[in-house]
Amino acid sequence: MSPRTEERLVKVVLWAVAAVVITILLSIVVHVMVRGIPSVNLTFLTEMPRRMGKEGGISTVLAGTLYVVTLSLFFATPIGVAAAVYLAEYARESRLVSAIRFSIESLAGIPSIIFGLFGFVFFVLYLRMGWSIISGALTLALMILPTIVRTTEESLKAVPSSYKEGSLALGATRLQTIFKMAIPSALPGILTGILLGTGRAVGETAAVLLTAGSSALSLPRTIKDPARTLAVHLFILSHEGISMEKAYATATVLIVSILALNSLTTSLLTRFRQRLMQ
Amino acid sequence: MLFPRKFQSLAVVSTLCVLLVAGCSRNPSPAEQGSITIVGSTSVQPVSEVLAEKFMQLHPGVRINVQGGGSTAGITSVQSGAAEIGASSRELKSSEKNLHETVIALDGIAVVVHPRNPVSSISLGDIRRIYAGQVTNWSELGGPDAQITAVTREAGSGTRGAFEEIVMGADKIADSVIVQDSTGAVRTTVSQDPNAIGYISLASVNQEVKPLAFEGVMPSPQTVRAGTYRVSRPFIYVTKEPPTGLVKAYIDFVLGPDGQRIVEAEGLIPVRSHE
Amino acid sequence: MPASISHPATSKAKLQALRKKPVRKYLSLEMAVPGVFLLSASIVMAAVAVISLFVFRSGIPLIQKVGLVSFLTGRTWDPSAGIYGILPMLTGSLLVTITALVLGVPVALAGAVFLSEFAPITVAVVLRRCIELLAGIPSVVYGFFGVIVLLPLLRQIFGGSGFSVLAGAIVLAIMILPTVLSVSLEAIKTVPQEYREGSLALGATHWQTIKGVVLPAARSGIFASFILGMGRALGETMAVIMVVGNTTRMPRSLLDPVRTLTANVVIEMKYATGDHQQALFATGIVLFLFIMALNFAARLTFANSRRSK
Repeated sequence: MSPRTEERLVKVVLWAVAAVVITILLSIVVHVMVRGIPSVNLTFLTEMPRRMGKEGGISTVLAGTLYVVTLSLFFATPIGVAAAVYLAEYARESRLVSAIRFSIESLAGIPSIIFGLFGFVFFVLYLRMGWSIISGALTLALMILPTIVRTTEESLKAVPSSYKEGSLALGATRLQTIFKMAIPSALPGILTGILLGTGRAVGETAAVLLTAGSSALSLPRTIKDPARTLAVHLFILSHEGISMEKAYATATVLIVSILALNSLTTSLLTRFRQRLMQ
Repeated sequence: MLFPRKFQSLAVVSTLCVLLVAGCSRNPSPAEQGSITIVGSTSVQPVSEVLAEKFMQLHPGVRINVQGGGSTAGITSVQSGAAEIGASSRELKSSEKNLHETVIALDGIAVVVHPRNPVSSISLGDIRRIYAGQVTNWSELGGPDAQITAVTREAGSGTRGAFEEIVMGADKIADSVIVQDSTGAVRTTVSQDPNAIGYISLASVNQEVKPLAFEGVMPSPQTVRAGTYRVSRPFIYVTKEPPTGLVKAYIDFVLGPDGQRIVEAEGLIPVRSHE
Repeated sequence: MPASISHPATSKAKLQALRKKPVRKYLSLEMAVPGVFLLSASIVMAAVAVISLFVFRSGIPLIQKVGLVSFLTGRTWDPSAGIYGILPMLTGSLLVTITALVLGVPVALAGAVFLSEFAPITVAVVLRRCIELLAGIPSVVYGFFGVIVLLPLLRQIFGGSGFSVLAGAIVLAIMILPTVLSVSLEAIKTVPQEYREGSLALGATHWQTIKGVVLPAARSGIFASFILGMGRALGETMAVIMVVGNTTRMPRSLLDPVRTLTANVVIEMKYATGDHQQALFATGIVLFLFIMALNFAARLTFANSRRSK
């Protein structure tokens, strides 16, 4: 085969592969949305689920998702960003640092079911937090921590060292350089990390089911109350065979919110990039 | 961008406000207050939710959280004090007998097949041979020449426990049998595979699957209650001590006429007559 | 006058105090805040330690009781009889994961090459957005899709129940696609433009350049993407449970139903007590060690790639 024909053949194959990937994706999304959209309306979003979700809507589930995810970000973000600053700005190659890096990678690789088991034994039973928003949020925080650390560290490292040198040369201390210079320039990357973590938290099932519980009869009032998230609700609806119609509707809401999070990430990124360019 | 940036943030903020207000607006009535957490079997969860909804309507100051997690999770959390009531769909083990148990309902277990399957009745021996892996083709039971897809529940499940005890006897369920870990999953499998057979809670039987007569008796609340249909198991509420206060009020409600009527409406068999 | 003598002295002291105070404050802050950063970084380490501790503590007793070798190589899993052997699940996990990689990796790699080298910019943007979306879809939705669409399809083609290694592998292949694709895309993008230009200048075609220069230069990044994908596939639970059939028998072909390690934990945890529960934690330990070993391998390849650059 001549290189020319090979080149042409490869192009055809790659286009075909891309088409297949897109088809698979679209067929999954379309399959769910087509069946889900007819049942998604204001009543569905604002009514409480009744009879395990067979009737009614998902208001308490939406609130539960919001509470669990927000609280997990509240824990994970400061710790994650601080850890990343340490790794990007202070750490030198030492045994401690490589132990920290190894821990972060391990944490990222631990399957969610192990997080669930751990959260159940540690937060729910050992620390007596019960099935609650706080147990779920802490478990999720551990899960999304590596994502936040990694993306933040990458974006801190991407800040040109000339910026930092300039800041230091002007007499700013290291800390001032970090807070006034490095973190603001790396902000879009940090936000991306947080949003990626949010996406993972919103879509997680196994870990939340075992720690935040699955009660959806009333709106949670304190962080000691149990909550059901969208992903858990979807799992229960489809797995227990309660209502396929509501399951599709819930899946639609879930996919749309993750789509919205993704677009938010992208638009934030482009906006910040434009600002940096100016 | 569809909307100016100001509107976006406004929309986000107002959504948050609405949710917060919704979260705070409840005014608990001072009369009866408190909360109960029920944790346990996913088979008991649907009826518990309906019972809890009704109880909360009657006592607006009370909050009841109903969670799944499985019978063991329910019993463990009652032992550790994490929940007031554990819901179990299996009999308690001897190591768990120090807990207080209240049977709230009986549940029949129906053997189901795909609606298009011509077989409509099955004997104890045949089911046993199917699940033991000795009978593998529907033609041996008067059906079409097709391989049987037997579906069972996971080890430890209350439904499986009752099925093993009453149907399997000394025989073991073969390791080639498909395992699904919920009533819904078994039902979905059977409803999609014309050659499948499974067993599920009688309350969960719907038009997607066809229940088989077992030893000549169709499963129904009446036949289970009369004892002619033999495959059933209890739904149990477990408490650490004999119930008192709010928990007692709730369990009394469940065993009372209103509660038992709900139990029956959910397709279960009441344990107290409510007529 | 004493006052006139003391005045400059006091002002000098004041001046010194003025100068020293903020400096000292800064110094302490300059030292304290990094301490906080380090503390945060250490929390991650502590978390891994505590997670390992709790999972191990809950599972080790059973492994001691049964014996590590018979736990890992036992072919029978029968909790009601107190027999705990996870070889079928171990085999199941490996079989499903490897098949998923065989199915998913070539597609992902082709996608990455397409995106970085051949796709027009608009197509590339649309495709990347789609892949981000694919990564964001919760695993339950994939499982759901597998049950409704994939299983009936497999039943039609191959007969039987449809529940199989193959069904799990196809669902997982779709699920790991975004991870493998994005990570190998990054690796391909970091290959310096000069390499490509050099190769093209020597008269190589675009594809020859990719095959002979770009992919070899990006190989360690690409390899790392396989390992990440493998980790994800091994750890995935909810979607797999719904399509593999979860039998505890040793699979003999790709069309046999199997149970994976993760499925074993999730399926039986709800009702397990005593030894049975510990056996499930022990299954978790095996999975945990497996994935740690994979991470270690990934880390080594990354380190090698850095050294070679």
